[in-house]
This record gives sequence, structure tokens and C-alpha cells, in this order.
Amino acid sequence: MSQWAKNVSIQRWTPSSRRAVMVAGVVLLVLALAPLFASNGMLDRLTALFIYVILAAMWNALAGYGGLISVGQQAFFGLGAYFTIRLANVGLDPFISVGLSAVIVGVISYPISLIMLRLKGGEFAIGMWVIASILHLMVNLDGLIQGETGISLVSLNHYDSGSRLTIIYLLTLGSMAGLLTLLFFVLRSKTGSAIQAIRDDEEAATSIGVKPEKTKRLLFVIAAFGIGAAGALWLTSATTFLPKTYFSVQWSAYMIFMVLVGGIGKFEGAILGAIIFFLVETWFSSTGVWYLVSLGAIAIAFSLFLPKGIWGELERRFNWRFLPVGYRVEDPKKEKQ
Amino acid sequence: MTNQIIQAILLGGYYALIACGLSFMFSVMKIINLAHGSLLVFAGYLLWFFAEHYHISPFVGLLIVIPVMMLIGWALQAFLLEKSARGGELLPILTTFGLAIVIENLLFEHFGANTRSLAPYIGDLSWESWELFSGFYVGKTSVYILIAAIVILGSLQLFMKKTALGRQIRATAHDPDTAGIVGINPKRASAIATALAMSTVAVSGLALGVRGVFDAYSGGPQLLFAFEATIIGGVGSLWGTLIGGIILAFAQTIGANIHPQGFLLGGHILFIIILLIRLILAKGGVGHRLKFALGVSK
Repeated sequence: MSQWAKNVSIQRWTPSSRRAVMVAGVVLLVLALAPLFASNGMLDRLTALFIYVILAAMWNALAGYGGLISVGQQAFFGLGAYFTIRLANVGLDPFISVGLSAVIVGVISYPISLIMLRLKGGEFAIGMWVIASILHLMVNLDGLIQGETGISLVSLNHYDSGSRLTIIYLLTLGSMAGLLTLLFFVLRSKTGSAIQAIRDDEEAATSIGVKPEKTKRLLFVIAAFGIGAAGALWLTSATTFLPKTYFSVQWSAYMIFMVLVGGIGKFEGAILGAIIFFLVETWFSSTGVWYLVSLGAIAIAFSLFLPKGIWGELERRFNWRFLPVGYRVEDPKKEKQ
Repeated sequence: MTNQIIQAILLGGYYALIACGLSFMFSVMKIINLAHGSLLVFAGYLLWFFAEHYHISPFVGLLIVIPVMMLIGWALQAFLLEKSARGGELLPILTTFGLAIVIENLLFEHFGANTRSLAPYIGDLSWESWELFSGFYVGKTSVYILIAAIVILGSLQLFMKKTALGRQIRATAHDPDTAGIVGINPKRASAIATALAMSTVAVSGLALGVRGVFDAYSGGPQLLFAFEATIIGGVGSLWGTLIGGIILAFAQTIGANIHPQGFLLGGHILFIIILLIRLILAKGGVGHRLKFALGVSK
């Protein structure tokens, strides 16, 4: 026993994960320089991809780490866009409105979490859909929005179209990098260990003093803040706010697809899922209804036959570890076998 | 005023009817079927299809659609729910949500964007009404829907209480492994329960179609109404579902009186208020502590 214990070491960073973080840094740097050489169309598409990555990472934080499946996260997406319109309407710069709007959404999500986190499983899932519906109907009551007719973020016109695109692109890239880093450090912190303990076994975690409610609330608010930012950024690139589109349950379907396919509960899985979704959308969204049918069918297939998603499968087969949010126990003897 | 109360009760009957399948599956199998609304709309389209193309009255069509939906329920349990329920309580939420997306988009692909109604196929019944007392009319279809809700909820209750099969389903719900030991086939019991729930979904599809219009994406709102009625009435209580449906309809009526767009909002806000009350009365909640302080509770 003591012999065995001597050879075991606890590792956080592995050589491959060090390399992965460096590669991530290089990729971000290249993406940040993209406005110098990429076409406008390309920048626009990449902006969409970054927003998908934010959505997937946030839904994954909630479901994969908090064990909270929600089909109502469009609530915060729509709200993020709505407050951007509201703030810009009182004369604030549209891009400052984006940041402020995300903060407001995060603050609003706190009282919502007090009620909703009392619900379990399916009750929480549909309960969040009811919340999305309430917020949608309340936004429609605001005369400024003109009901389902919607309104445009007109103050964007202060910027000429070329620099506007670049600002939106860089802002979205920065938000994505910032939110992923935030999530990375939260999951690595002491709270993160608690979060992952709850994910693995809530009862056992509670028995050693982890407070599930507090950690779930933290995840809920972070997810709302991130998805609020995503909604606000989507508004800047789409310019028009149509309540029906922003508060559509389809956003939840997209988030679920990305996380299930990429790998639920895996930090890298959500990013991979977003990239896959982005490619699928680019190639197949012109098939309209069949595209949506396939998204649903693939989500079912993954949850039944490959519940850990593509990343989970790769990790298992090749023992890959890129972004270290946990600890791993290394037993040299075992490796020799 | 009186008229509004009567109308709210009748509308509540509709909500109770669409909720009973969802509430039944939830209380028996601990599964919230997120495809409930889409399956209901699917049943509505089937009835419409038979009426439009083969001139089969939707009431007669029900004789075909109920068995079809029961078969779908059996398949749903055998191929989707059984497997996903084994993967934990979260998996069925994902698979049934995926199923809802598949069903509604297939319906859209096949039937297009036009809204449909079953009202044109039931003759004069769609606008006939009874005069309750001078000046107060109730639509016959609304009354039939309320009666259908009461009959179905009552039969389900009796079935679960009095029959051997009902006891088997309850035993399976309580503890599938132990039920297996005493000779119950838990798979069979769950499949029968799902099939039963789907037969009520077939009737709900009829109610949806005769009350008004629907399209491929009507499933979402129906799911929310059914869910709210179930939660308001109290999970696990079939009669509570009837009360829940009526309370939901009242809240919507009050909402509509306050603001022209307040109909849906009224129902949703009541739902949140009920959740708040549950939170206060829950163990460790304010209400529980208050009872404790007053010496009511031990």
C-alpha cells in the first residue's frame, strides 16, 4: 500500500495540456489579427461562431457541471438584446450598452435563481421555459419595442460599416475569450472542485460539506451573464431586435445540440460542439426543415448512444487532456502495463 | 362577470384534459415528457388528415387515432424512455426535447405553414351552444371537453386504484427492482402506462382542433399549459390537475382583464406565485419555520 502510494503523484498540468493552452493562445492571437486579412463575410461568420461558443460553454456550465438542464436559456439571450436596445435608446454608446446589458441580465438572474433552483430535473427544465415566456411577454409590453415588429439598434450607424464590423468582431472575440477564461478559473478554483463533486454525486458531495445550492446559484448567474452577453452581441451583428426570434426556444435546441455532440461536462467539448454546429449550419441550414429535424435526431442519438459526446469519447480513447480543470492521479506502475 | 367565470371553468377543463397525460406520466414514471405538446399536435393533424382526405368525422377518427397513439406510446417507452431513464433522471429531458424538435419540424415539412382546425369537420356542433340562463351561453364543445377531462381523470384514478394492472404500474413507479422480484414485468407496466397517457393525448388533439386552430409549432404552448396545470394542481394528484387547469384559466382571465396582452402573462405569473408559495411552505422555508415557532408542527 505504502509502496503504491509513494509512486502516485497528483497532477494538474500535463505536458499536453501545457501545449494545448499555448496553442489556444496562438489561435486567439491569430483570430485577433484576422481583421487585417479576412474578408468582411468571413469576419461576420466568425462572429457568429464565437457567439455559439459562448452559448455552448454557458449551457454546458449549467448542465454539465451544475446538473441543471434548462430549455429556457433563451430568456437571458433575449433579455441581453433587449437591455442593449433600452440602454442605447437613452443615449449610451451601443457597445457600452452591450457590456452593461450583460451585467443587468446577470443581476436579474439572481432573484430568478432563488425560485427556480428549488425545482428539480424536468420541472426546472420547463420552468425555465415559462420564465423565458414571461420575459418575452413583458418585453413585448414595452412600447419602445413595438411588439413583435421589433426595433433596430440605430445608434450603430454612428460607426461606419467597415470599422463597425471590426469592432463587433473584436468585441465578440474578446467576450468569448474573457468568458471562457472566467469559466476556466471558476472551475479550477475551490468552488470548481465543489461544482465537479456535485456533478459526480450530489449526495456524497453534500456529505463532505459542499453546499450545492450556493455553487449552483453561482453557475446559474454566470450562465445568465454569459448568455445575456451573447444575446447583446448577436443584436449588434444582426442590428434588428425581433422579440420572437431572440426569445425562441430554438436557441435552447442549438445549445443542447452543441453540448451533447461536443461532450457534456467537458470544457473542451462545448467548444468542439460549437464548431461542429457552426459547420453543420454553414453547410446544411439551406435545407431548412430537414436541418432542424436532423439536429433533433442527432441530439437524441448522442444522448442515447454516446452520452459523453465526441470529446468524451476522444478523451477516453486517447487519454487526451487539454484544458486542466480537474486533478488527475498518475500511477507510474499503471502506465508501464 | 358570471359569464367570465363560467368560460374560465370550461377553459380549465381543456387545460386539465391536455395535462392529464403529462401529469400521469410524471406521477407514474417520474418523467416529464417534453414532446407531450408536439405529440398532441401530431394527433390533431392525424384527425385532420382523416377528416380532410377520407371524410371521416374527427369523433370517428378518434377510433383510429387512439390505437395509433397508444402504439406510439409503447414504441416511445420501448425505444426511447426505457433506455434514457436508465441513464439518469436528466437524460429523458434531453431525448424528449429532441423528439419534440423532430416531430414539430416533420409536421411543418409535411403539412406546411397553414393553420388547421377540426371545427369545419364537426358540422353545426362547432358553434352550437346551450343557454344556461337568460343571456348566458356555453359552447357545446367546451362542455364536452370539460366532461371528457372529468371522465378521463376519473377513469385513470379508478384504474390505478382498483385494477391489478393499476397496482402493478404503481408498484413499478415506486420501486421497479422490487416490483420485478414479486413477478411484475416493469417494462410492460411502464409501456402500458405510456400507452395510456398517449391515448389521452389523442383525445387532447381532438380538443385542440375543435377549440380553435393549430399549426406545426403549437406544441410548445400546449406543453407549457399542461405543465402549469400539473404543477399548480400538485404533482401526483390527478384530481389536482383538474383544479390546476381551472385555476390556470382563471389567472389568464384575470390577466386579460388587467391588460389586453395579459392573458398568457396572468397564467405564467400565477405559476411563479405557486412556486413561491411552495418554497415558503417547504421544509426549512419561512412557512415551516413559522409553524414551528407557533408550535403547530412538531
